[in-house]
Amino acid sequence: MSPKTLYDKIWDAHLVDATEDGTSLLYIDRHLVHEVTSPQAFEGLRMAGRGVHAPDKTIAVPDHNVPTTPDREKGIENEESRIQVEALDKNAREFGVNYYPVDDIRQGIVHIVGPEQGWTLPGMTVVCGDSHTATHGAFGALAHGIGTSEVEHVLATQTLIQTRSKNMKVEITGELHPGVTAKDITLSVIGKTGTAGGTGHVIEYCGEAIRKLSMEGRMTVCNMAIEGGARAGLIAPDETTFDYIKGRPHAPKGAQWEAALAWWKTLYSDDDAHWDKVITLDADEIAPVVTWGTSPEDVLPITGTVPNPEDFTGGKVEAVKRALDYMGLTPGQKLADIEIDTVFIGSCTNGRIEDLRAVAEIVKGKKIKEGIRAMIVPGSGLVRAQAEEEGLAEIFKDAGFEWRLAGCSMCLAMNPDQLSPGERCAATSNRNFEGRQGRGGRTHLLSPAMAAAAALTGRLTDVRELMAESEPA
Amino acid sequence: MDKFTKITGVAAPLPLINIDTDMIIPKQFLKTIKRSGLGVNLFDEMRYLDDGSENPDFVLNKPAYRKAEVLVAGDNFGCGSSREHAPWAIKDFGIRCVIAPSFADIFFNNCFKNGILPIALPQEQVDVLMKDAEKGENARMTVDLEAQTVTTSDGEVFSFEVDAFKKHCLLEGLDDIALTLEKTPAIESFEARAEMERPWV
Repeated sequence: MSPKTLYDKIWDAHLVDATEDGTSLLYIDRHLVHEVTSPQAFEGLRMAGRGVHAPDKTIAVPDHNVPTTPDREKGIENEESRIQVEALDKNAREFGVNYYPVDDIRQGIVHIVGPEQGWTLPGMTVVCGDSHTATHGAFGALAHGIGTSEVEHVLATQTLIQTRSKNMKVEITGELHPGVTAKDITLSVIGKTGTAGGTGHVIEYCGEAIRKLSMEGRMTVCNMAIEGGARAGLIAPDETTFDYIKGRPHAPKGAQWEAALAWWKTLYSDDDAHWDKVITLDADEIAPVVTWGTSPEDVLPITGTVPNPEDFTGGKVEAVKRALDYMGLTPGQKLADIEIDTVFIGSCTNGRIEDLRAVAEIVKGKKIKEGIRAMIVPGSGLVRAQAEEEGLAEIFKDAGFEWRLAGCSMCLAMNPDQLSPGERCAATSNRNFEGRQGRGGRTHLLSPAMAAAAALTGRLTDVRELMAESEPA
Repeated sequence: MDKFTKITGVAAPLPLINIDTDMIIPKQFLKTIKRSGLGVNLFDEMRYLDDGSENPDFVLNKPAYRKAEVLVAGDNFGCGSSREHAPWAIKDFGIRCVIAPSFADIFFNNCFKNGILPIALPQEQVDVLMKDAEKGENARMTVDLEAQTVTTSDGEVFSFEVDAFKKHCLLEGLDDIALTLEKTPAIESFEARAEMERPWV
């Protein structure tokens, strides 16, 4: 047998039909659904008199529009948001799919709920009408975002029409320094490849630094594969993966667990597999990073300065001019001098328990800078409960953070959590596009530890400085 | 789905790279539960000023381009989220074809599901088309899917590649769910086999 990549193996195991021109029908093991990209798909089914092919493999949860303030049981004030969430409620119940409504403690961001409940397993194909479906690749599952027409296609047939992607390997060698996290890895990779560097490819992340990451960290890395343009991100499953999965509500049990484990252990790229593209980064050279512009590729170590448009070539020159104007920054300005108004900690990129622990470690016993608006939005009701049990919530509240309920929140500001024009935010989310967090809002992407540091000082800050302070003399 | 065969129309130049889906249709318009009516909010933040009035400098607000049917743009068009509201808004405005040096994967796919033809051409050819588009409403571009060509107002012809299956679906306006449902026996036999091999799924 010819050597295969992990992607090839999963692809081959899910091929229903292939035609000579390369168009293939791929079976989908898990279909995650949220309220924003699904109403038209369910409506399409109704109009055509079609049903959901595999409701037991379909999981729905509202996340984008839900308020995250403690009074949310009062309901959703915005009429359109409310209608959208009500539509999901109606569709989920009518078509009989697995469903976590707003008032269920398991509700949260779809990409956090899926793994948490054990729906996402190695070797699966996972889709969702959401680009950050890439997150699930952390389990060695082939997971990618689809449009609403494709959502309807998967609902009706449990398959997707696909053409095979190319294979790209991103290897992170060596060990990360203290204060450097999964978020810094994934942003640094995008800084190196650009936001179109992965277009047409599925990325497999590997190397010592990736192996040493927890599942939470791996999800952060894969989550932003889409920001590098890739169709999906993958990490081969190992003991870390199996330990995370074992005992989760929808994970296999008993003899099935053993059978699953035997197959999962075959899910890796063969030694001499072919790669269409290879990128290598040395973890030793990765620093805590922040974005300065309006594309996730606009990333630099916190020790750097705002670049000059003339340092770039082609269409990027104009793009950087536009970005600096939008961001209100001047070339040469130190990144660590940039003052912020707001801190947002959460999202499918960094809304998991480990992210919250990292924040607590930095802010414990301290106060956020006066005048800063800072909120922590856990990725699910269960993450929130765990943080409360571990005493993290008290640390956050004592430091002056708002402690919210689960949802997508200010990552894309479809609910009331939004930036005002010109408001500058240090955010642990995934996109710094113009207007992403609110019209005219200015976003700097960074890790949870870096966001915590920014909340304390009121400016973008090298978290390593604060870590040095808290070490015993 | 609407067929796409051949169009001749005004092309609007939008020479920016990394035009993301938040730019194409900002999130406040994703709250709809319909597919239609999004054209008025296409490129909303660039197209309208803070007071809600039209930004006269934005290309689609200029008299020459208000009825554009083709859009010529920079590299990595449609990057970002999977929202199909982006092609819905483009189509609802009246644009049927987007030409750029490259596209983000999900957006590219979504176009084909909505009767929009995305065409990727080398940068130097897009540069020529961008110049042609800048001439305004008298310069009409022709896009012929059957022949796989784009013809400038001066008669210069560029050939483009397109996936054979996607071309077929677009030319015929096919509903691909109906096509896949014809393969139900293959899907069911896959499921039976998978149930044996991976019963935990």
